[in-house]
Amino acid sequence: MDFINAIILLLNYIIVPALSYGSQLALGAIFVTLIYGILRFANFATGDMMSFGTMFAVLLTWYFQSLGISLGVLPTALLTIPFAIIMMILYMLIVDKLVFRYYRIKKSPPVQLAMVSIGVLFVTQAIVRIIIGPFDRRFFDGERFILKANEFKEMTGLNEGLSIKSTQVITIVITVIVVSMLFWFLNKTRTGKSMRAYSDNEDLALLSGIDPNRVVMITWVIAGALATIGGVLYGLDKSFKPFVYFNNMLPIFAAAIVGGIGNPFGAFLGGYVIAFAEIFITYAYKKFFMYLLPESLEPDSLMQLLSTDYKFAVSFSILVIVLLFRPTGIFKGKVL
Amino acid sequence: MRQYANVITAYAIMIVLIILVGIFQSWNVALSILNFCLISAVMTMGANIQWGYAGLINFGIMGYTALGGLAAVLVSVAPVQEAWAVGGLQMIICVGIIAGIVFSIRYVLRKIEKSKKRNYLIAVIIIIGLILLRVIAGPATEHIEAVNPAKTGFLGGLGMPILFSWIVGAFFAGGLAYIVGKVALGLRADYLAIATLLISEIVIAIIKHEDWLSRGVKNVIGLKRPVPYEVDLQSSSWFIDLVEKFHSGKLQLINSLAERQDVLNQLVIDASSVYVKLCLAGLFLIVVIILLIITQKALYSPWGRMMRAIRDNDEAANAMGKNVVKEHLLIFILGSAVVGIAGAMMVTHDGLFTPGSYRPMRYTFLIWVMVIVGGSGNNFGAILGGFAVWFLWIEAAPIALFLINFFTSHLPETNALKIHLIDSAPYFRFLTMGIGLLLIMRYRPKGILPEKIIKH
Repeated sequence: MDFINAIILLLNYIIVPALSYGSQLALGAIFVTLIYGILRFANFATGDMMSFGTMFAVLLTWYFQSLGISLGVLPTALLTIPFAIIMMILYMLIVDKLVFRYYRIKKSPPVQLAMVSIGVLFVTQAIVRIIIGPFDRRFFDGERFILKANEFKEMTGLNEGLSIKSTQVITIVITVIVVSMLFWFLNKTRTGKSMRAYSDNEDLALLSGIDPNRVVMITWVIAGALATIGGVLYGLDKSFKPFVYFNNMLPIFAAAIVGGIGNPFGAFLGGYVIAFAEIFITYAYKKFFMYLLPESLEPDSLMQLLSTDYKFAVSFSILVIVLLFRPTGIFKGKVL
Repeated sequence: MRQYANVITAYAIMIVLIILVGIFQSWNVALSILNFCLISAVMTMGANIQWGYAGLINFGIMGYTALGGLAAVLVSVAPVQEAWAVGGLQMIICVGIIAGIVFSIRYVLRKIEKSKKRNYLIAVIIIIGLILLRVIAGPATEHIEAVNPAKTGFLGGLGMPILFSWIVGAFFAGGLAYIVGKVALGLRADYLAIATLLISEIVIAIIKHEDWLSRGVKNVIGLKRPVPYEVDLQSSSWFIDLVEKFHSGKLQLINSLAERQDVLNQLVIDASSVYVKLCLAGLFLIVVIILLIITQKALYSPWGRMMRAIRDNDEAANAMGKNVVKEHLLIFILGSAVVGIAGAMMVTHDGLFTPGSYRPMRYTFLIWVMVIVGGSGNNFGAILGGFAVWFLWIEAAPIALFLINFFTSHLPETNALKIHLIDSAPYFRFLTMGIGLLLIMRYRPKGILPEKIIKH
């Protein structure tokens, strides 16, 4: 019985939260990796682009709520995602046309494009803050929990409760759907294959008659969709605050590089690697050991490897270690 | 002379702008803009040494700035005797343990061949070291943080004049740069950018949460200044006489004695803060000038030519027998040390150390905007970039507010759009920076004052 309690404890505090956080990171990491693989630069505006898309979802959610439209138990925001994605894609195509296209045609070095993306970062951040302000916004509505801790306790008669938030399940389900669609697209369709060919060897792809403008446009479309979905899911699960989104750029970069930058599948797994590492290392295992060990061996301390203050630092340290010993990432991405 | 015409014009415009702020807003605002312009100029020179001379991208400027600030705290605050009594020894032992870990790993790396056994040995050393650190440091930090937590709760510093921290800050930042450079300099440019950005976040996380070191997010306030305090000035007779003499014409127009005394008091209060800022500006100016002379000399020395050669074609430079790795590391350390000086200067100016305020937007990306806008590879350009961008960063909000009011003047005061825009005026500074950076990169990619190669 104690063993089951210990497992439930881990499920409740580590596995379920890490799965949903990892999914949100994974979507962002695929965004980074697609831009890196096809447009060939590190996009420092990642976090703010995500917050730009989410901003529209938040605004539309408020509008729909004022009209009385809702999805019942599901959050209204899900209904607004398609509209937000359209706005986001429009923004990205405009930014590409006004800013990135020039450097792409000039074949500027990646560093210059990264610098340019800092300009985009400033502009996007300003637009988001001017439109919606820098404050914390909650836009979740509908049913908060699928399974409440005390309901679970009553059902099973265990000491430990297991609570599952609806946003966690929504996050995981949507991520699985979106990512499988993406991989199907990249591996099976003609356009997807041409994108991969372009990423692999630009000159060869051009020789075989692939239209670079089309590839770039489709990349921005897919990236825009991913960024918006990832941003909305994160906002539903926690809350929408532009500064937090900007900071999320860092673990997202870590996930993309750990997975092997330029490799979408690696980025997907990298998101979970980072999320699990952050939560595993900063969780206090005292209660867990209390269930497993006999009373005489019970630990006095919290049994925490690092305090939760260092949550971000954990993912960054993993990144540094990966960069040192396996610079192409765990799953081979582009060679450095 | 002609070749310096654009430099002189650019600086003249900058000085006129600051003087205009002095006339239209107040001299206090103008001088604090000037001071921060000077600090930004030092940071920009540091970044310019790395990016402009050697083409190394360093997105960790925030971390080095914070280390410089930490140096200011550790140098100037008086030591907390009780804290040293309860936990000082353990902390010194911990430093010893860390050094022990590092040296034993180095020993293992050197003496044992590359094998699985070596990896396990290193892992064992690190784990044992961490456990030892945990056991010794854990209780000690608790004791230290329990010593009068509202006021101290940390070990304190050396109690020396804060000016020393400008040098110590350089050494702190240089030391960190040595470690980072050893680890990350082999990476390709954009990976290096990401790695340095993340490492600087780790540094900030440590400074924020290790309360025994510098009180963490509880901030250290009331650091001693190298210049007089306003309160002392206001009560010293020589200063009041000076102000009276300076404003004698204005004071004579006032007839009533009591009124004249009131006006004089107000003038003395204003003048005292202007005087303090002027003193600081003098100190900062000395640093900027010294650094400018050194960097100019370095840039046009054989060493500077070698750095440019490495930047433009490292393989060719390598073939000519230049040690690219070593030179990269050296310049990474030098540039970071300069940024560390700026960090210490900034804390000296503010008189307080607030780890929570170190954010990458302000301390990394803004500095990069300065470097790019000013002109990378040109020291005068870097300083100008620091001045121009900081000036815009501060004045963008008032200008935006003015423009919003101007364009919405036909709307009533209660118009929702107008109120919303006025509320969000501060964020126009981000917009200005972003658009400025994009325009410069597009139409003047070498910056306002481009790099100049002097042919010999």
